[in-house]
Amino acid sequence: MTHSIPPSDVQVPAGRLRQILEGDVFHSFSKSLVTVVSAVVIVVLVAGALFAPLLAPHDPYDLTTISLLDASKPPVPLQGSDPRFLLGTDDQGRDVLSTIMYGARISLAVGFSAVLFAIVLGVTLGLVSGYLGGRLDAVIMRIADIQLSFPSILIALLVDGISRPLIGRESHENIAIFVLIFAIGISSWVQYARTVRSSTLVEREKEYVQAAQVIGIGPALILWRHILPNVMGPVLVIATIDLAIAIITEATLSFLGVGVPPTTPSLGTLIRIGNDYLFSGEWWITIFPAVLLVILVLAINLLGDWLRDALNPKLR
Amino acid sequence: MISYISSRLMQSVIVMFCVALIAFGLFRYVGDPVNNLVGQDTSLEERAALRERLGLNDPFLVQFARFSGNALVGEFGISYLHRVPVADLIKERLPATLELSFISAIIALAVGVPMGVYTALRRRGVLSHAFMTLSLVGVSLPTFIIGILLILFFGVILRWLPTFGRGEVTEIGWWTTGLLTTSGLRSLILPSITLALFQMTLIMRLVRSQMLEVLRTDFVKFGRARGLPERYISFSIALSNTLVPVITITGLQLGSIIAFAIITESVFQWPGMGLLFVQAISEVDIPVMSAYLVLVAFFFVIINLTVDVLYVLVDPRLRVGS
Repeated sequence: MTHSIPPSDVQVPAGRLRQILEGDVFHSFSKSLVTVVSAVVIVVLVAGALFAPLLAPHDPYDLTTISLLDASKPPVPLQGSDPRFLLGTDDQGRDVLSTIMYGARISLAVGFSAVLFAIVLGVTLGLVSGYLGGRLDAVIMRIADIQLSFPSILIALLVDGISRPLIGRESHENIAIFVLIFAIGISSWVQYARTVRSSTLVEREKEYVQAAQVIGIGPALILWRHILPNVMGPVLVIATIDLAIAIITEATLSFLGVGVPPTTPSLGTLIRIGNDYLFSGEWWITIFPAVLLVILVLAINLLGDWLRDALNPKLR
Repeated sequence: MISYISSRLMQSVIVMFCVALIAFGLFRYVGDPVNNLVGQDTSLEERAALRERLGLNDPFLVQFARFSGNALVGEFGISYLHRVPVADLIKERLPATLELSFISAIIALAVGVPMGVYTALRRRGVLSHAFMTLSLVGVSLPTFIIGILLILFFGVILRWLPTFGRGEVTEIGWWTTGLLTTSGLRSLILPSITLALFQMTLIMRLVRSQMLEVLRTDFVKFGRARGLPERYISFSIALSNTLVPVITITGLQLGSIIAFAIITESVFQWPGMGLLFVQAISEVDIPVMSAYLVLVAFFFVIINLTVDVLYVLVDPRLRVGS
């Protein structure tokens, strides 16, 4: 059947690529050095975390490969360092670089999942609230108002804290990560709901929605097919900034010892563990994960700032 | 205005009711209160007697009413972990947290407002750029990392300041204060800076953007046209008009200072409410958790209510609208 495809169709992908490359968004992207650097940093860090089992110089959680003889080695240019361990080792002889790569994996996974959960929850509630209106809308938005008056980190801490005794200590170890994702997601759905609700209120009155209503399409399908694609723009911007907040929240909760279980340490857990060795002069165990966390968050924030400006038609 | 305030008051009562319900549910139905209070060798009869004495066999509404009534007078039962009444624990820890939060709020305001005013008046100045860059870093650094860095520099490398605990405290009645001894004050420096830094950057940016907006308005231009001295325009006219939203945000930030105190207290082992709460979570000490829940919700409700009322009092436009 290949011969029957008209030439114009074959060129669509190339044309689309050119369209993106010549578009406003890409232009503003390549113009800003800070944004390009942030994007590169994010890609490198995400790749390093994603492929940690392949890229990491050691497997820090394989007990057969770690040795106490390698414990507490400083990072490379310092005296007493070992070229096998670029960023030094912790008190157990684990390579700090490798633990960071594995830790970033957990941090990013929890961050992404929490944001995804918040988006699904917030966007759904926002769509329903804006489209149906009435009493349901009033209740949802009142809950949102109340939640907004508490800082999100406190909400996440409380939800995590309350679910702990509810689940029981034994089973908690296994599902701690999901509890954490739930807690962080719950703490940040409000922004999505409010944004989507206000755009839904506008879209609801437009002709294409009325046309869909007239030909008898149900509200669920109208929301999903017609309104959702038109309200997702701002959601993308919020999601980027929210990812940075989710990663910080996860790190903070893990630092407090109420986040991910110690068997699967995230960056926050590593900082918590390393913090105990700060006074014996082994600063690298805690400072390197902390630096990586800050770089990651800063890069995401800068990218989010750019995205907000690039998608804002007023600033073009 | 009265209807506005009463609707706010109503909302606060509903919030407190919901929080009390959650705290009660946690207290009563998560884990068995009796099993957590007695040892393993307590007989079934003794357990039943204790159950009856604690009123755990009463109807739900009676129990909830009793819980709420007790909560109103600050009675939250006995901590599973520390084996002392929760009220005593809180009484012991509350001064530490309030002192830390209060000093941090003062630092944040005393440094943040002048920095904001300065960056607004001298927009192109070198110092302004330095402040703005600093504030970007301040926003991106998580609180606990700021704490760790301060400990590393001033505690470990320079050995200038103590990095954990409150130092020596003086007792005034049941209130303990670290503000009267040198070691208490020295211990307060690092935690309060850690806690203040984030709020400070927030206040600075807010004051700056508000001030820039006010400086563009007609009444400022009119003041200039009348030949009023620049100092008078900047500080009397512009600043006083800037402070309205600053009051709101600062008030609301007071709540988040209490929330972030949890993190700061953990970093510096500061013996306050936050540290107590984090320990309660990891040790599943439910009476302490529910007490903290109720107390923090109460703080927030009071703060929000005060800010709402203040806002109406300060800004006449809101009075007409409602």
